[in-house]
Amino acid sequence: MIGLNHYLIISGLLFAIGLMGVVRRKNLLMLFFSTEIMLNAANIALAAAGHFYNDLSGQMFAFFVIAIAASEVAVGLGLLILIYKKNGTLDLDDLATMKG
Amino acid sequence: MFEQIAFYFFSVATIVLFLITAFSKNVLYAMSALAAGMVMISGFFFLLDADFLGAVQLVVYVGAVMALYAFGMMFFDATKDVKEKNASTTLVVLLGGSVALLLTLIFIAPILGANIEASYPPLEGATNPQSVGLILFTKYLIPFEVAALMLLVAMIAGIILAGKKMDISLTDIEEDIAISEEEEMILDEKDGEK
Repeated sequence: MIGLNHYLIISGLLFAIGLMGVVRRKNLLMLFFSTEIMLNAANIALAAAGHFYNDLSGQMFAFFVIAIAASEVAVGLGLLILIYKKNGTLDLDDLATMKG
Repeated sequence: MFEQIAFYFFSVATIVLFLITAFSKNVLYAMSALAAGMVMISGFFFLLDADFLGAVQLVVYVGAVMALYAFGMMFFDATKDVKEKNASTTLVVLLGGSVALLLTLIFIAPILGANIEASYPPLEGATNPQSVGLILFTKYLIPFEVAALMLLVAMIAGIILAGKKMDISLTDIEEDIAISEEEEMILDEKDGEK
């Protein structure tokens, strides 16, 4: 039988993949993709916990996470477009302008 | 039996697709893999009897968020590979894995000993969307309204941030930068002659 632990392990694996992407990526757009993976992994864990404890709160919090992800993308992409207009690149290293 | 087959299929598919997203060099491949992974994630939600959440995942993530990324990608040059100066992969895997493990332990530790009781169980004889609606509009009404306000603020922020100078082409701006750099070089040469 598939239990809560199965879902939590898969969610942890996906979260680790997302975190590796965040640590590894230097391109800002790719970094955003990795944060989406992490948010989705958290959603799986919330929905699974809600299902196995017979509680709807898990699903509720997953809804709010989805709402937050949507607004994050809207604001983040606007900022990315501004950065691209200003610098012509999305590389994180090029944003380090405060080096002495 | 079918639940197990479905679970393992969805887990293998999501892991492979998200690995492509996290480690691909091409933006287009990464985005398509992310969209496909989101579809597979909604499969998990349907397995968990969260029908409404699965539908929302499909509509919001695969429909809206990925379309937004696709539109955003049109502003950037997506055809060429992304060149990144990456740190060593072993270090990244070690750091990412250990931090993820640490976060999992931090969040699980207080829950493990506690005796969790369901505060909002699904209603008897109601379908999932019905009970979700009832709980959302009674117990979680204020967070719902706050989320609505947050989405409104995000929409205004997106319009103001991305809408500025929308009539100017990005390629023109790049040419302007190149031209102004050339002018500066010419000016520098003149200064040198003096």
